Amino acid sequence: MNPSFQPEPAVQCRAVRKHFGDGDARIEVLRGVEFSAALGGMTFLVGPSGCGKTTLISVIAGLLDASGGEVHLFGENIAQLPSAERINFRRKNLGFVFQQYNLLPALTAAENAAVPLLAAGVQRREAVDRARALLVKLGLEKRADALPSKLSGGQQQRVALARALVHEPRLIVCDEPTAALDHQTGEAVMELLAASAVHPDRAVIVVTHDNRVFHFAETIAHMDDGQIIKIESAAAVLAARF
Amino acid sequence: MNFVALRMLTGDRAKYLGLVFAIAFSTFLLENQTSIFAGIMGRTGNQITDVSEAEVWVMDPQTVYFEETKALKDTDLNRVRGVSGVQWAVRLLKGGPVARTPAGKFSQCVVLGLDDATLVGAPRKMILGDWQRLREPDSVVIDKAGYFLLFPGEPLEIGRTLELNDHLVRIVGISDAKPGFVSFPILHARYSSAVNFQGRERSQMSFVVVRPQAGVTPEELCQRITAKTGLRARTSHDFRWDCIRYYLANTGIPVNFGITIAIALIVGTVVAGQTFYLFTVENLKQFGALKAIGVTNGRLMGMILLQAFTVGAIGYSLGTGMAAAFFEVTGQQTATRGLILMWESAALTGACIFFVVIVASLLSIRRVLVLEPAAVFR
Repeated sequence: MNPSFQPEPAVQCRAVRKHFGDGDARIEVLRGVEFSAALGGMTFLVGPSGCGKTTLISVIAGLLDASGGEVHLFGENIAQLPSAERINFRRKNLGFVFQQYNLLPALTAAENAAVPLLAAGVQRREAVDRARALLVKLGLEKRADALPSKLSGGQQQRVALARALVHEPRLIVCDEPTAALDHQTGEAVMELLAASAVHPDRAVIVVTHDNRVFHFAETIAHMDDGQIIKIESAAAVLAARF
Repeated sequence: MNFVALRMLTGDRAKYLGLVFAIAFSTFLLENQTSIFAGIMGRTGNQITDVSEAEVWVMDPQTVYFEETKALKDTDLNRVRGVSGVQWAVRLLKGGPVARTPAGKFSQCVVLGLDDATLVGAPRKMILGDWQRLREPDSVVIDKAGYFLLFPGEPLEIGRTLELNDHLVRIVGISDAKPGFVSFPILHARYSSAVNFQGRERSQMSFVVVRPQAGVTPEELCQRITAKTGLRARTSHDFRWDCIRYYLANTGIPVNFGITIAIALIVGTVVAGQTFYLFTVENLKQFGALKAIGVTNGRLMGMILLQAFTVGAIGYSLGTGMAAAFFEVTGQQTATRGLILMWESAALTGACIFFVVIVASLLSIRRVLVLEPAAVFR
């Protein structure tokens, strides 16, 4: 392998700006963000509440339009994609893990995990079978037919993880995946995320406040007041702390 | 995603059942009230359609509807017969004497006096006896409901007697005549007998019923009769609608039924619309997650419409079943016989429920369409 080869980052943000409101009510949430996330590892986005982390991942995921700058996902400038293509791109390439899981309460664990496949037009039986197989890998084989209300928080987050992975996306965006979990369960979920999501062809971005899980990151981007103020390796962060 | 939509719908049992029953009861009320209304209005012209042989009814120009008539002169019959295009014309008396039974039970009746020679207008649907026996002296045919009104709890049998204006008559048959607007017994008798059941008015002929010759339409014949005699002539169909229109215009019945129908529609729309809207609002987070995952607005719209139409179809079917069961039971009661669930009523109600479902869906769809998928991170 050529040691000078630098792969194209999965996510590349250049001078990304985002504001809400106009006039006196205008709020600058992102102020020229420079950010990238590489394939094959987990990039953590950390910072105080209100610093713009959630807005940034919303822009990266194509859920919000940037007010300025460029966002490239796998070389594609998503702002230039027509709305329908952007949704299609998101459906194929992105997986989400939400803080509050956002599972559909009327669907079983396997059916919840199958939703991205169903959205892509896969037949119900095939979609649920594939989701069930993934739940087995995530240690939920006995809970695949349970409704979310019958699952613990950790189990629900594992179902959410299965839903994020089932369609084999190239980018997984996790918003505070351990915030609603106790430390032990959060650690277990992060271990599963690291073991199942990290892949040479995939990037994982994790927004978190939880510094107890920093050791799972390859890179940590610190954000404050709408900007990335520092990017460092997790090893450096941990070394500085201990 | 259709099964996801349906599972979301049925997942919240309380709201799902609330929606279904709101639409079911709305459907039941609408079908019930419109069918009863149409049935009662239809009754106002039942005696006209029961005279199936005649196609044209001739009456005094002042006569507007069947129940209230101004007598024609006896010479009017011959004048009508003299109009070209008339195949035959016979007289018909419509009276309202009081009938008494030997046991003392009494009731006002509708008496139809039929042409002695032809018995045109005699009831063709007989339950007991034979209408041809009206040729016997002092004989009448009574309808089944009237029989039970005058002889409650007694078995159907012919040969019983009634007293009409000091005349003793014998029941020679029991008919299945259609019910009139009022629930009086309907008696058929020969004209020459029936005139004696009435008071002492000089002229008693209520109508001349006419059959046009082949090749002459009833409408055309009506025009000729009116032109030549100055009398009012109406086709059976038009005269029936004259009666219906009279009751619509001159009674409080349409207002009464209209209010109930309007309330059923408003309550159905508001309750179903609000419940469905709340159902969607409570699921906004889930819809947001689906949007983020990549489900298009069109697909989400389809899911909401599927949910709304599923609820609508189940509620409508349930309500129609309830209405059908209601009419099945009440149709066997004497007072409400002949009132049926009309297909027109079911179709009209279906259209109303469709409207309710569309209104309920549009409110919900709007909320989902304007939902920012990024809201799922908040």
